[in-house]
Amino acid sequence: MADRAVALSGRFGTALGLAVAGLVLCLTLGTLAAVAWRAEAASGLGPADWAAVRFTLLQAALSATISVVLAVPVARAFARRRFRGRSVLIALLGAPFILPVIVAVLGLLAVFGRSGLLNDALRAVGLPEVSIYGLQGVLVAHVFFNLPLATRLILQGWAAIPAERFRLAASLGLGAGEVGRFLERPMLRAVLPGAWVAVFVVCLTSFAVALTLGGGPAATTVELAIYQAFRFDFDLSRAALLAAVQFALCLAAGGLAARVARPAGFGAGLDRPADRWDGASGWLKAQDVGVIALVSVFLLLPLALVLLRGVPQVGALPGSVWAAAVRSVAVALASTALCVALALPLAIAATGRGGRWIEAAGMLGLATSSLVLGTGLFLLLRPWVRPGDLALPVTVLVNAVMALPFVLRALLPALRDLQAGYGRLSASLGLQGFARLRLLTLPRLRAPLGFGAGLAAALSMGDLGVIALFADQGTETLPLQLYRLMGAYRMDDAAGAAVLLLGLSLGLFWVFDRGGRGHAGL
Amino acid sequence: MRHFLIAAGILSASLAAADDAPATTKPVLVVYAPDYFGSEWGPGPQIEADFEAICACDLQFSTGDVLGRLMIEGAATEADAIIGLNTDATARARATGLFVPHGQDTSDLTMPVAWQDEVFLPFNWGETAFVYDESRLPNPPASFEALLDAPESLKIVIQDPRSSGSGLALLLWVKAVYGDEAPEVWARLKPKILTVTKGWSESYGMFTAGEADMVMSYTTSPAYHLIAEEDATKKAAIFPEGHYFMVELAAQLAGSDQPELAQAFMDFILSDTFQSKIATGNWSYPARLDPARLPEGFAALPRPGKTLFYTETEAEALRAPALAEWLEVMSQ
Repeated sequence: MADRAVALSGRFGTALGLAVAGLVLCLTLGTLAAVAWRAEAASGLGPADWAAVRFTLLQAALSATISVVLAVPVARAFARRRFRGRSVLIALLGAPFILPVIVAVLGLLAVFGRSGLLNDALRAVGLPEVSIYGLQGVLVAHVFFNLPLATRLILQGWAAIPAERFRLAASLGLGAGEVGRFLERPMLRAVLPGAWVAVFVVCLTSFAVALTLGGGPAATTVELAIYQAFRFDFDLSRAALLAAVQFALCLAAGGLAARVARPAGFGAGLDRPADRWDGASGWLKAQDVGVIALVSVFLLLPLALVLLRGVPQVGALPGSVWAAAVRSVAVALASTALCVALALPLAIAATGRGGRWIEAAGMLGLATSSLVLGTGLFLLLRPWVRPGDLALPVTVLVNAVMALPFVLRALLPALRDLQAGYGRLSASLGLQGFARLRLLTLPRLRAPLGFGAGLAAALSMGDLGVIALFADQGTETLPLQLYRLMGAYRMDDAAGAAVLLLGLSLGLFWVFDRGGRGHAGL
Repeated sequence: MRHFLIAAGILSASLAAADDAPATTKPVLVVYAPDYFGSEWGPGPQIEADFEAICACDLQFSTGDVLGRLMIEGAATEADAIIGLNTDATARARATGLFVPHGQDTSDLTMPVAWQDEVFLPFNWGETAFVYDESRLPNPPASFEALLDAPESLKIVIQDPRSSGSGLALLLWVKAVYGDEAPEVWARLKPKILTVTKGWSESYGMFTAGEADMVMSYTTSPAYHLIAEEDATKKAAIFPEGHYFMVELAAQLAGSDQPELAQAFMDFILSDTFQSKIATGNWSYPARLDPARLPEGFAALPRPGKTLFYTETEAEALRAPALAEWLEVMSQ
């Protein structure tokens, strides 16, 4: 094991990985320290704060569990079936994850709200209405956002099982049950914990969704408590403490997942598309078709309603919204490039010695409160520059670090398989350094890299992030313009801007993801 | 595609303009403002153009959380003036000791509340109100009491006082009408509260999407629909118990490196040029403007018979306990 890191990454690579981890730590823990340092008096957490911690844990754990449990049959259905439009559907189903929160909430309410389609239908047939507001609403929304992410992460696990193993299973006459036991279950053991943590941590920092669909302050999360500490109480010390609690929860979840996860150990294959003889029965086919249909309705109907409302407005959007769209695309592309450049050395270093810690450092970006991060950066930059002058570069950097965990999640399983399958061969050939990166690592990681880059671009596109704290004239991004339109009563224009944002995010995601998949059947 | 090209053209032109600008000799006046004020769809850009036409300076609105930023920066702030604070924040702002008097005569303001503050200068005002759509709610509650007694099927959406100024204003409104009975009032209102949102925008979006029957907003909100959308169905429910007064304020900083410009900006705020941009720029009542000069839609708005108001000292003292009461009832 000791020579693994050296074999895969070389000393230079490890140093690079450590440098990236250091940068992430500076941005996450460093900004938190800056906020704590600026606080005038130390204060503790009150009972309301602990109630927020409890609710946050409850909703995040439930959201992650439901998302991951539902994602397994969805991913299995997509892994077993080949049909026209399959790749388009997979990309479209990723859309909820990249939507700005406020748009997604209005889309969900158009389906599940008081005057939504579901209640209209229930009323029409004389059944009692259902209310989305409450814990159920928080869970529906978080599953809506994160089921696509969980599905894609798990689907990658299926795609990573070499086709030869399914061929062997078929020649041994194994049915769906046995394939499940010998191939799918070990794969899930390797992939599920990571997917669960990713969703858990995303939900950890939820605020506006949890409050709106949770129906009121009973659904107060840690992030809202941080907001209150800043805005209502101006208690920086409490804000920093709460942000530290958020990090601790993230690390605890990561540690737990690392204990549960086991490498699947399938070895390398020949990259042939997998034929799935085990899924040939009519009953399984019906089951898969049903699952795909259900999840498509659940994820796409709210989006369709957002489109329906906004499309007629797009043509009439003012020029400044288009200018902001161009700016947002530029920011997204820059932060994607940066994110991939950060993720690759970090992921390679994370497969080596002390890798768990490096992986954990990479995940911290997700658990960061954007308010603490923005304020901390503001405090750190202010002695040297006008923070407003750096609005766009800072946004590029922060978006890259926030997307890093997702790219890392996509890369790591593939990279570990790569090391297990090709590590000895490339060591015996003396393949290392950049030659190894160019000839082995990058080609083998093409699909997860494309997926990760697509996610990074789309997330950067849709994220309001720190720009709201730094914005100066001429630095507005598309999400900020969307919020400003809403703040000025212009709900129709905002709906048009939302469609533009959705289209651009999906377009960017599609281009990268498609480019990464190339000919492969993922 | 054409829009894309136009937008790209505008963008590159503006970038080029920024690059070409010579080391400008014009002094810069930095004014911190809330996001909605400085946004393209707020009053900021027009006011900036008007002021720059007379000041031989470059007025820059820097948007964000005005008070939070000021408290973090302290005396080292680059702001020369600030605009957009409410009375629920001015006590804390005043306590920083960063401001100097505005030097304006506030004896003839067109506000329902007399104003004597030497530091914080009003530029616009409004009153809290629940807004409804008469095509969906033909018989709105005629008083606060009627709202409390309304059937549970009447759903309102409000904002969280911890993250929203209008949410905090609602807390103070309830306190001003009901005083110590506020907890019982919240308990009666709670079944009708569909949900609580982070900010005003989310609430108002839910209302216009038809999800809620009434939304916590302002008496002036219907003017937007009337003037910008020619839609007369949105109305503010006027309650005889009174409506809470919200005034937005500006102030100049003692540490400004452009004290004359900051003073000129203060002088400009109560001018007709500035004040005439408020009604349709910020959808509020101007602090000093002949009512005859208000746009037609504003003149037609019904005015509450009674205006409720807490001074900043009262508001600051009530803020924390009122929030605690609210959380106690609403978290159950």
